[in-house]
Amino acid sequence: MSAALTRLTIAEALGRLRARDISAVELTEAHLAAMARAQALNLFITEMPDQARAAAAESDARYAAGTAGPLDGIPLAVKDLFCTEGVATTAGSHILEGFTPRYESTVTAQLRRDGAVCLGKANLDEFAMGSSTETSYFGPTVNPWRRAGAPATDLVPGGSSGGSAAAVAARAAAGATGTDTGGSIRQPAALCGVVGLKPTYGRCSRWGIVAFASSLDQAGPFARSVRDAALLLRSMAGFDPKDSTSVDRPVPDYAAALTGDVRGLKVGIPREYRVDGMAGEIERQWQQGVDWLRAAGAEPVEVSLPHTRYALPAYYIVAPAEASSNLARYDGVRYGLRVEGENLTDLYEQTRAAGFGAEVRRRVMIGTYVLSAGYYDAYYLKAQKVRSLIAGDFRAAFERCDVLLTPTTPGPAFPVGERQDDPVTMYMNDIFTVTVNMAGLPGLSVPAGLSDDGLPLGLQLIGRPFDEETVLRAGDVLERAAGFTALPADIAG
Amino acid sequence: MAQLVEGETGRWEMVIGLEVHAQVISEAKLFSGAATAFGAAPNSQVSLVDAAMPGMLPVINHTCVEQAVRTGLGLKAEIHRESVFDRKNYFYPDLPQGYQISQYKNPIVGRGEIELDLPDGSTRTVGITRLHLEQDAGKSLHDQHPTQTMIDLNRSGVALMEIVSEPDLRGPDDAAAYLRKLRSILRYLGTCDGNMEEGSMRCDVNLSMRRAGDTEFGTRTETKNVNSIRAVQQAIEYEARRQVAVLEGGGTVDQETRLWDPGKSETRSMRSKEEAHDYRYFPDPDLLPLRLSEDLIARIRESLPELPDEKKRRFMDSYGLSAYDAGVLVAERARADYFEVAVAGRDAKLVANWVITELFGALNKTGRDVTDSPVSAGQLGALVDLIADDTISGRIAKEVFAAMLETGRDASVIVEERGLRQVTDTGAIAAAIDQVLAGNADKVAEYKAGKDKLFGFFVGQVMKATQGKANPALVNQVLKERLSG
Repeated sequence: MSAALTRLTIAEALGRLRARDISAVELTEAHLAAMARAQALNLFITEMPDQARAAAAESDARYAAGTAGPLDGIPLAVKDLFCTEGVATTAGSHILEGFTPRYESTVTAQLRRDGAVCLGKANLDEFAMGSSTETSYFGPTVNPWRRAGAPATDLVPGGSSGGSAAAVAARAAAGATGTDTGGSIRQPAALCGVVGLKPTYGRCSRWGIVAFASSLDQAGPFARSVRDAALLLRSMAGFDPKDSTSVDRPVPDYAAALTGDVRGLKVGIPREYRVDGMAGEIERQWQQGVDWLRAAGAEPVEVSLPHTRYALPAYYIVAPAEASSNLARYDGVRYGLRVEGENLTDLYEQTRAAGFGAEVRRRVMIGTYVLSAGYYDAYYLKAQKVRSLIAGDFRAAFERCDVLLTPTTPGPAFPVGERQDDPVTMYMNDIFTVTVNMAGLPGLSVPAGLSDDGLPLGLQLIGRPFDEETVLRAGDVLERAAGFTALPADIAG
Repeated sequence: MAQLVEGETGRWEMVIGLEVHAQVISEAKLFSGAATAFGAAPNSQVSLVDAAMPGMLPVINHTCVEQAVRTGLGLKAEIHRESVFDRKNYFYPDLPQGYQISQYKNPIVGRGEIELDLPDGSTRTVGITRLHLEQDAGKSLHDQHPTQTMIDLNRSGVALMEIVSEPDLRGPDDAAAYLRKLRSILRYLGTCDGNMEEGSMRCDVNLSMRRAGDTEFGTRTETKNVNSIRAVQQAIEYEARRQVAVLEGGGTVDQETRLWDPGKSETRSMRSKEEAHDYRYFPDPDLLPLRLSEDLIARIRESLPELPDEKKRRFMDSYGLSAYDAGVLVAERARADYFEVAVAGRDAKLVANWVITELFGALNKTGRDVTDSPVSAGQLGALVDLIADDTISGRIAKEVFAAMLETGRDASVIVEERGLRQVTDTGAIAAAIDQVLAGNADKVAEYKAGKDKLFGFFVGQVMKATQGKANPALVNQVLKERLSG
């Protein structure tokens, strides 16, 4: 019974909750039990079983009273980058040790408003900087998927929202929140075989989310179906006067956009994404996706995004530059970790040296360097120009097509520890995803099939600004065609 | 007005530019809803944004933006339809974000000008380079604990306008005139209260020296923490002499930041160019570029009050006042308003004299402001009426005015109660004169023998005998008749 409850999609669970066929408490208990079984995966930094049970009981009361919200009783994992009132928020960093916000991020507040139950704070790369969830101060999260023939090798779940993606894949949460700065939702979604959506920049409020790179960060959902992602986004999205970059436009009923009809839809295939040395299994999966959409009546068209190859280097200037400034507030003066020093400068240096891990220190230093007098024009300003060119590429492409189809990642999940000392190879994970952040567009990763090793692979759909509906509609068709029903061995067993 | 410095080897000219930080009058801070009242208990006016808690975001306060536009229009400056907020990055405990949100490359207000009123009544135009909005920092208190520094974040995030002048000032008097005029304009506009002692207007002095007649600029220093007009003048004089001594001694002036020490009345080095921070300015990604609509600018322009320069010209044109008198009256809006009520239907020069010399003199002595003057503008006007219609003499009027200041009562009441009405009855005056002449027969004899100067003595005695109430013109007339008889 309990395992069956954790296999439900959000849409199915809502149907049964509304029918009073199951209770929210039962649903939450089933997920808490799954969390307990999955301890070895290190999915959560902070588990919240007591709060979750209490919230589920309140949901049941609302169902009984007929006042239930659109997500009432749905148990979710929340990336530990979202500030949660009265619950420790770490951003995966030692430097926020002991920090408990007395405020709730807008996105999680809206989820709670709609009745969602928070199971705990999911693990992540420190300050969301990473593509493997290995830079967390609280240890790496392990992907529930394992290579066929190498069941003892722990694989990464991707990152930075690796805890969220792995929790959804391990059926320890019905859905999850993530944030995506360069691929941090879509890449782990692909590596864990779940759906991940990065909405248009400005669609979800950034208020109360620990900032990494303000001009790129965007919150979005993880789920096990495109429909579930649509349901979650409807609660997460919306204008927030507390975030000057959030956009004031109505939030549509995204699930209503899933008509299953993509006839006549023009699907752009960007030729520059066919990179040198692309793995055969990735290329095959991509072609399979094109074929599925064509079979459903869509029209594939080849398009060009000529500045694609400058996106990754430009991203690794803009994101660290903003991060170096955003992380200046972690100085040991007001909250979090403080290591005493002989004088003020010493206090700063000791605190930040002890509080930040190697990857965060690397990016703070890169960011500080590229903003320095004399280097600003050569790096930061030039990267911003590249960014405009990339956005221009997409605008031109969307004159010829309605949505773009690409692989989400250059390969499947890789072993824990394998790329930790090779930052450039690690950064290459983001090659298909960063362009979307640079242009502020919506991007969706849908699980499409398995690699030669039996690991999930994702396909990415990219849409026009604020056209999440078309992206979700095409993703839903792709999902139906792919019929991705594989489960990690531990779960299936 | 150039004030040259005499050196050992010749005369030197000061080249001065001022950066003024003016706190915007607004209920809330620049990017948060926290209050801005002066003197509140430490850390009682701090929002989550001001304390830079994780995940907090700035949201622009439109009142502060309108105040900056208003100030820009008052300085006859270009209003930029699009401006950008940048982050100025540096670490300090009273700067919680680790950066100050300021405007670097694209400020909200561009070039403008200010007309200086110089002591000789002439005017001179000084250029304004720019005005931008920025956040204030908090306050570090080093004297509250033997080993710890206390931080008060009440001021953290309060909106400041940084107003930068061109290097058009040539001496301490120029600088003082500039600050007084700027303060006057800000107060007229209601955009800054200009209270330097409360820190709501602060000044940094940029100064370099060059030989009289040279046109190239020398190397400048920036002196911070100069927080009164008097201190600005002192700091300029000190720094000018210091730089001349360095230059004449064969040295070079270091481009550096210096600090004014009001206790020792000297400037001292704070940090050199090499130690200067690299602020790593970049556009704040949490904020969109600030765009201003033509409607907003037009609406603010229409709401501008008459400013000191216009008012001064009007006072000169319609009241016939001197440039000096008009300048003194318009320096503060409340003073100008007082004058305009008092002058209605009366002799403007007479009223101006009474307002400037008697009223302002008395208020200065008691440290009061014209807004809490014990004598209202209407009352002062009524006193002037009593002089004009010969009810009292100017001399008696001063006595009446002193009583008004003390009691706040009307001039006419005081005149009646104290019997100060001027004596214009020729018979009564003649009787008083006869009495004086009879009592001073010897002096009358001397006068008649040719000692004309004694006439004044007789007048004085008559006035004394009438307690000053006799009409002086009548006294002169009757006295002359009697003495020539």
